[in-house]
Amino acid sequence: MTTDNNVLIDVKDLEMQFGNHKAVDGISTQIKKGEVVVVIGPSGSGKSTFLRCLNFLEYPTGGHIFYKGIDLINTKVDINKYRQKMGMVFQHFNLFPHMTILKNMIIAPMKLQGKNEKEATELAMSLLEKVGLKDRANSYPSQLSGGQKQRIAIVRALCMKPEVMLFDEPTSALDPEMVGEVLEVMKELVNDNMTMIVVTHEMGFAKEVASRILFIDQGKILEEGTPDEIFNHPKSERLKTFIKKVL
Amino acid sequence: MYNPVLLDMASTLQNYKERFILNFISDDRWKYLVNGFFTTIKIAFFAVIIGIVLGFFVSIVRSTYEMNRNDRSKGKVYKVIMGILNFICRAYLSIIRGTPVVVQLLIIYFVIFQSVSIDKVLVAVIAFGVNSGAYVAEIFRSGIMSIDKGQFEAGRSLGFNYFETMVYIIMPQAFKNVLPALGNELITLLKETSVSGYIALEDLTKGGDIIRSRTYDPFMPLIAVAIIYWVVVVIMTFLVGKLERRLRNSDH
Repeated sequence: MTTDNNVLIDVKDLEMQFGNHKAVDGISTQIKKGEVVVVIGPSGSGKSTFLRCLNFLEYPTGGHIFYKGIDLINTKVDINKYRQKMGMVFQHFNLFPHMTILKNMIIAPMKLQGKNEKEATELAMSLLEKVGLKDRANSYPSQLSGGQKQRIAIVRALCMKPEVMLFDEPTSALDPEMVGEVLEVMKELVNDNMTMIVVTHEMGFAKEVASRILFIDQGKILEEGTPDEIFNHPKSERLKTFIKKVL
Repeated sequence: MYNPVLLDMASTLQNYKERFILNFISDDRWKYLVNGFFTTIKIAFFAVIIGIVLGFFVSIVRSTYEMNRNDRSKGKVYKVIMGILNFICRAYLSIIRGTPVVVQLLIIYFVIFQSVSIDKVLVAVIAFGVNSGAYVAEIFRSGIMSIDKGQFEAGRSLGFNYFETMVYIIMPQAFKNVLPALGNELITLLKETSVSGYIALEDLTKGGDIIRSRTYDPFMPLIAVAIIYWVVVVIMTFLVGKLERRLRNSDH
């Protein structure tokens, strides 16, 4: 379908309906390699649902998602294989409480990518070092602070060497003083040219690192553009009032 | 000179000693209890294994059906198969939990295995195993349902399929949560096997009852039977508690 080799995810007329409510109502966009797309919008606008549709935590009711040109919805592809390429970070961390931090990070590479324990541990430890949590490798999630948990959740996803990272409000459940440390890790990812789609309420972060911002309301993309276009020259009334409220 | 109370006590003790000898020593009657005890343990042990295996699969079918009911990514064939499996499991749960275990035991022995000669112990194992499976299934299911949905999503988003997520992520946590209930079910099962006498199986209870019918003395054999059950249950409670504490230690 796509001719542009740089397009990683191509979303066409995506729809997600819960009962009579269309949470996502015809979203089309292309995510290019290395792009940092930040999704903003009021609560209940469908931005999280949109993100969750991308790796099929919600199975879309309509439209298409092409991953490197392969239609994930209507063909018989093994979605589990594609989920491995899409790292996901949740609002509530969702670390596995019955495993140590290290085990949290190596279980998926070992079981799904056939890595042996040594390889997987090496990668995990180098990532832990990067986020400054190497000394917590043998702790359990309940012994960490929220910010630490979220940093672990990020590197756990990175252990699968994903091609794109999806962030679903990664700082919304954190105490204010812990937001910074998580955003720091995300900024480092940006510097490493990771392709990222970030649903967030952190407008400062959006301004600073986004290559493109999508403003979603009532399941539709109302406006999209660079941070400058969105924040300094909003066109629609809806976006103008939204920005006034959040800034 | 003689204290009448002491005298009375002495004769009572003598009386108990004679009854003890009559009930347990004469004619090697203690063997009824020992053999019965091992039969009871044998039935309970194998029934527990059947119950846990059966309960595990039934709970997975039930929770899989409930979780994936609205998943449109699954094909029609999958849905029909799951629907049928779920129906079978529900019928099983309803029948087993809706009828007394004695009746189930009698039906299995006198109706289902009517025309085959089969070891009674095996019949009891099947009956109590199938019975326990229904209760274990609901215990496991409540455990699965008690795990936060986010755990499931985290597993799936890493690329684990449904079954792998169940085995690596959900079940270990669920098992820990339901261990007290599971231990309780095992204790219940052990005690339920005491109705095995209904199919003339000489388990512990029946053993005590046989002694009673020989000696016409209900006190000694029945109290002995009760004490043996009680001791086994105390030991089981201790072991389950120990396992619980060990599992707790692994996640603070």
